[in-house]
Amino acid sequence: MSIRHAMLALLAEAPKYGLQLRQEFEARTGEVWPLNVGQVYTTLQRLEREGHVESDDAGRDGAQKRYRLTAEGERELHGWLRTPPQAGPPPRDELVMKVQVAARLTQVDVTEILQAHRRRIVEEMQRYTHLKADAAPEDVGLGLVVDAELFRLEAVVRWLDAADARLRNHPTPSADAGTPNADSAGTPNAADGRVERPAGDNTAGARR
Amino acid sequence: MSVVLSLRQVSKVYGVGAAAVHALRAVDLDVAAGELVAVMGPSGSGKSTLLTIAGTLEEPTAGQVTVCGSDVSTLSADATARLRRRSLGFVFQDLNLLAGLSAVENVALPLELDGMAVRPARAAALRVLDELGLTDRAGHFPDDLSGGERQRVAIARAVVGDRRLLLADEPTGALDAANGEAVLRMLRSACKRGIAGVMVTHDAQLASWADRVIFIRDGRVVDQTAPSAGPDALLASDPPR
Repeated sequence: MSIRHAMLALLAEAPKYGLQLRQEFEARTGEVWPLNVGQVYTTLQRLEREGHVESDDAGRDGAQKRYRLTAEGERELHGWLRTPPQAGPPPRDELVMKVQVAARLTQVDVTEILQAHRRRIVEEMQRYTHLKADAAPEDVGLGLVVDAELFRLEAVVRWLDAADARLRNHPTPSADAGTPNADSAGTPNAADGRVERPAGDNTAGARR
Repeated sequence: MSVVLSLRQVSKVYGVGAAAVHALRAVDLDVAAGELVAVMGPSGSGKSTLLTIAGTLEEPTAGQVTVCGSDVSTLSADATARLRRRSLGFVFQDLNLLAGLSAVENVALPLELDGMAVRPARAAALRVLDELGLTDRAGHFPDDLSGGERQRVAIARAVVGDRRLLLADEPTGALDAANGEAVLRMLRSACKRGIAGVMVTHDAQLASWADRVIFIRDGRVVDQTAPSAGPDALLASDPPR
C-alpha cells in the first residue's frame, strides 16, 4: 500500500492534521511500516500540488495544517481501489489492504469492490483454463504451469468470497473520524495475508 | 448461433407475505447453441433455482422462459415433459443413476422413455459411452464404478440423443482435480459440438471452463465476465507469477 494512497484513504474518513495522519497510518499498519515526519509531509505536499488534497491554513507548518480530500483526490483513491494489485509475491496483500480500506469507507460499496476483483480474477482464470483446454493433454509442462496459476488465483477468489461473507455477517461500521489512539495494534502477519487490526476499530475482534 | 435458452425477467418467490423468499429477481439470460455459461454465486444466491427453472422442473413466479424456441408457459404438461426428455440433459450433484441398471442401460433410459426401441437406444448409449472412454465399463453397475466413472456416465446420459441444452449443478461434485478436469473437458467438448450448456457452481476453477461467467447474488445477476480475450491475451499480460 503506497503512502500516498494511505493518506488519501485516511483523509477520506475526515479532514485531519499532518501529525494525526502519521499516527493513524502507523497504528493501522500495525506499526510495521514506521513513517518519519518528513515522508508524511513530502507526500502531503505532493498530493496538495497534484490537487488531491487541500489544506486550511497556508500560514502554518505541516504539523498544524489540517488537510482534506478534494474531489480529485477521491477519484484518485477510488481509481486505486479498483486497480489490480501490482505483480510480485504475494500479490494478495495489496488486495487485502484495498478491501480493508474499502470496508471502512462509507462512500464505497465494498461488495462492489470485491466483485470487481472477483470478476477480473475469474476472467484471468478463464484465459488460463481455455489455454489448457485447447492444448494437447500430453503437454504436461503447460498443464503444470497453468494449474499453478489457476490454484493461486482460485485461492484469491476463495479469500474474496470469505471476505464477502465475513463483511456481510459483520458489517464494518463507517470509519470513526474521532481521534484514534494507537492502543493495541493487532499482530500483523503479512506472510499469510492476515489482516492486521486497525487502531480504533472496536469490531476487530468480532470480524475474526 | 441460435439462442437455446432464454430467461426474461424471471423471478421466483417461495412462500408468501413476511415469510416470502425471493430466490430470483428479474433475471435475464440468453444461452446460445455451442456456448457454455457458468453461473457463479454463494450458497443461497439462487443459482440452483435458476437451473431448475431453466430445466422446466419448476415454474417461475414471473417472467418468461423460452427453451428451444418454445415459451414454456404455453406448453401443456405433456409437451413440457417431452421437451425435457428430448432436448434437455441434467447433471446434478446427486447423479440419480439407477443402481439396478448397468451404465449403458442408465444412459439409454431417457431415449427408451421417449419411445425409442431398445436396440437403437442401446447403440446410441454405447456411442456416447465410447466417446467418454467408458466402453469397457458399459456393462458395469453404478456401485462397481469409481466416482469419476459414475460422473462420466451421468454426463453420457445427459448428452445422449439429440439434446440441445445441458444443465449441470456442481458437476464435478467431490471428484479430485484430475477427474474433475476430465469431466469439464467433456462438458466443454459437448458444447463445442453445438449443445448449449449452463453450469452452476461456487467454484472459480470450474466456472473458468465456461465461455461466459454470470455472477448471481441474492437472486440477481450482478455481473458477468467480458467475452474471452483468448489465450493470446495472457502473452500480452504479465507472465505467470
